[in-house]
Amino acid sequence: MEFLSYLITGISLGSIYAIIALGYTMVYGIAKMLNFAHGDVIMVGGYVAFYATSFASSSLLGEDPTTAATALATVGSVLLAMVVCTVLGIVIEGLAYRPLRQAGSLAVLITAIGVSYFLQNAVQLLFGAAPKNFTPVVSGQLQLLGGRLRISYVALLTVAVCIVIMVGLTTFIGKSKMGKAMRACSEDRGAAQLMGINVNSTISMTFAIGSALAAVAGVLLCSYSPVLQPTTGSMPGIKAFTAAVFGGIGSIPGAFLGGLLLGIIESMAQAYISTQLSNAILFAVLIVVLLVKPSGLLGKYMPEKV
Amino acid sequence: MQKAGKSVKRIKSLAKVDYITYLGVIIAFIVMTVLQSRGMLSRSVSGMLVPICCYICMAVSLNLTVGILGELSLGHAGFMSVGVFSGVITAMSLQSAIPNELVRMIIAIVAGAFFAAIVGLIVGIPVLRLRGDYLAIVTLAFGEIIKDLINCLLVGWDENGLHIALNFDGTKTMESLGLSENGIEIIKGAQGATGNSRIATFTMGFVLVMITLVVVLNLIRSRTGRAVMAIRDNRIAAESVGLNITKYKLIAFVTSAALAGAAGALFGMNYSNVTAAQFDFNASILVLVYVVLGGLGNIWGSIVATVVLYVLPEALREYSDYRMLLYAIILILVMLVTNNPTLRSALDILGKHLGRGKQNDAEGGAVS
Amino acid sequence: MSGSYPKPKLVPVPSTNIIPDRDADKSPILECRNLGIDFGGLSAVSDFNMAIGRTEIAGLIGPNGAGKTTVFNLLTKVYQPTRGTIMLDGKDTHSMTTAQVNRAGIARTFQNIRLFSNLSVEDNVKVGLHNQMRYGTISGILRLPGYWKEERVARERALELLSIFDMQDLASHQAGSLPYGAQRRLEIVRALASNPSLLLLDEPAAGMNPSETAELMNNIRKIRDTFHIAIMLIEHDMNLVMGVCEGICVLNFGKVIAKGTPEEIQANPAVVEAYLGKQKEA
Repeated sequence: MEFLSYLITGISLGSIYAIIALGYTMVYGIAKMLNFAHGDVIMVGGYVAFYATSFASSSLLGEDPTTAATALATVGSVLLAMVVCTVLGIVIEGLAYRPLRQAGSLAVLITAIGVSYFLQNAVQLLFGAAPKNFTPVVSGQLQLLGGRLRISYVALLTVAVCIVIMVGLTTFIGKSKMGKAMRACSEDRGAAQLMGINVNSTISMTFAIGSALAAVAGVLLCSYSPVLQPTTGSMPGIKAFTAAVFGGIGSIPGAFLGGLLLGIIESMAQAYISTQLSNAILFAVLIVVLLVKPSGLLGKYMPEKV
Repeated sequence: MQKAGKSVKRIKSLAKVDYITYLGVIIAFIVMTVLQSRGMLSRSVSGMLVPICCYICMAVSLNLTVGILGELSLGHAGFMSVGVFSGVITAMSLQSAIPNELVRMIIAIVAGAFFAAIVGLIVGIPVLRLRGDYLAIVTLAFGEIIKDLINCLLVGWDENGLHIALNFDGTKTMESLGLSENGIEIIKGAQGATGNSRIATFTMGFVLVMITLVVVLNLIRSRTGRAVMAIRDNRIAAESVGLNITKYKLIAFVTSAALAGAAGALFGMNYSNVTAAQFDFNASILVLVYVVLGGLGNIWGSIVATVVLYVLPEALREYSDYRMLLYAIILILVMLVTNNPTLRSALDILGKHLGRGKQNDAEGGAVS
Repeated sequence: MSGSYPKPKLVPVPSTNIIPDRDADKSPILECRNLGIDFGGLSAVSDFNMAIGRTEIAGLIGPNGAGKTTVFNLLTKVYQPTRGTIMLDGKDTHSMTTAQVNRAGIARTFQNIRLFSNLSVEDNVKVGLHNQMRYGTISGILRLPGYWKEERVARERALELLSIFDMQDLASHQAGSLPYGAQRRLEIVRALASNPSLLLLDEPAAGMNPSETAELMNNIRKIRDTFHIAIMLIEHDMNLVMGVCEGICVLNFGKVIAKGTPEEIQANPAVVEAYLGKQKEA
């Protein structure tokens, strides 16, 4: 029973990683860059949702709001966070990354690190360094088997949201015109351009989607561990990035699988081996997987042509 | 500056660049020492001298991996961390055996370099089989693993020798080491090493920078370094002329790790407390920023970038709250200006207008 | 494996005797027997049999996609053959890596130029000389006397090799910034520097004008005569191939369709068909 509850924790944590990893993997697949600032977009999403919710509960909702009103306020603030992050993602791409389209990957990486520092410090200036206590979007838990197995509603919501996103995204990339443009850009940007695809707007769109997902991930992450501070996004960002590589960077099912496995490994390692070493174990598994399968679980291996 | 119509690029005399680098470091050392002895340096500036030396060694050695070998490493601080703690353990346990601080410091630095080289070898053998971003993420992973392992480390010393315990499950404390009454506690898990004797000196920092420069520059200009750069430029061609790829990649990677370990040992002896958390992913990134801004493969560029970027946040201190924000903006702007073709050519034109009067001198100017 | 091996069956090896008379009494430098490779079920090269004499200049021709470069990649072990054996100077290269094959005597150039483009011209050649230099990493770092001596010798040798193509004045230039033709020549010099007994040239005349090609022909002969090595080249320029090669092997769809002297090849109907397509019977 214990095992089952750790597994559920792992799956819900993994779902958060998967949503973040989707952002990394899409941007990597299409723009061929490691967007290290992605983790900080999550954090911005968390802050926007936090302030929107507290504004709603202090000014809009009365003393004793109805459940429906609270739910509406929550949904509204999540939507607001998504909008803000989408705009943020497009602006970051346009101002910082687009001018470096022809530059080497290291230059882009360092710029992304600069953007990450910028976001962290801007948030710290605006909202202070003190941690905020985030109210989970849903509270309470489901009791099964006569109370022996407890599953928090947040966990259920997280898994559900992750599945919806996964299905939605796969359909979008596979079926829509924009999705086709994205696949074309990731295959060969130059050829896509020659076929009349607007590469710049396709990349912007990718950033927009990735950042909107980051906002959702931010809200879910803060509901899972309700401490919000300017560095909140860093470590989950790195882990999600690891998850993307683990599953095979550039592959959307890979990000999903990598995220889930990473969450489960982390939860199991914490439960059964060592809390302090859970990250080390997680990274060790990653290393072993990459040594056996050098392009990740679902990634394609491209040998160099002579 | 190139003459118009001549597109073939001549490579400048490398020996000359090397000697200017050495000379620059020596002059900087003399100037700072004189200023310090006359009491003309504020306490904050004096306090920065040793760490700057350490970070110069870090940047130069990382440049060996990233610029010369051409592999992106995101875990360089992990090797520094190994150096820090093996250096501190060595220095603290030899405290009674070797009273001479200088000798103790040198032994500690050698120990730091040695253990970092071993870890470099362990990390390098699997990692260097991977390519590109996969290699980068695995170095990051190793850096984090090293940090987490050191966080679990409990080390003490008494007359019976070293006592080492690994606190994996969080139940052990310093008492579990069973130190005798006059034993010293050296590393206390996540609290790190506390109560170190601060024996690092600026002179030692300078010597370490010079050693690092000699090792890296002479390596680059030797048969080995040429092989490493050949592998970076074209692995398949390098194999086709008979180079053992793994061997040369490992030589460069392990040398880089050893130098980072030496720098770490000195760094550790400059502070009374150090924790493993200081040498996380962000520390690796910090050094990578120095290397990239200084120019990949450009050794003196790494030195200048390290000094400027280390001092910059201090210089921005009067803007206290805004300084890290400014730092981030400056970082982004510098990357944009130096890497965007349009902005770069605009900068070149501006530079030409400013330097129109002295075009003859420009020949000996910056190495591009 | 344990137990007794079945006695090997004698497989009849097709004649590969196009070796020039002067090399006929020596063992061939390279001998391929039934060489073949499959890529995912598709056979890219099969039943490739060829022998090259000690000082022969051999040509490997065929239409685009015939598998010529694949043969070079098999010989240099960039690809591991699926079938067959490669005997280099009487030694089987089966268990060797690309680097070991080079040390055993094969050097090559590449169809799409692969220089060490950030290094100087001289350093490119010195990388070729790498395995003939005898000082280690430590003496390089400490600049012991061995370093100075070996580096001086290497520099002289590099300039000497560059002078084959009159490139010694370009020694300090960055390899990647050289004009196209000079880059191709530098690749040949670098390959020569690794002291091969067989030099493989992959389209050495690609992108050259007729006068440059004529000069290259002379230089190929000059290299053979100075270094007494075998040369095998892939080339589409028939003037060069017919002018310089003593033996020619024609590939089509991964199979040898003809072998012989330039005169024989020019008269061979299968070759004409491979290049021009089947002529309709009148």
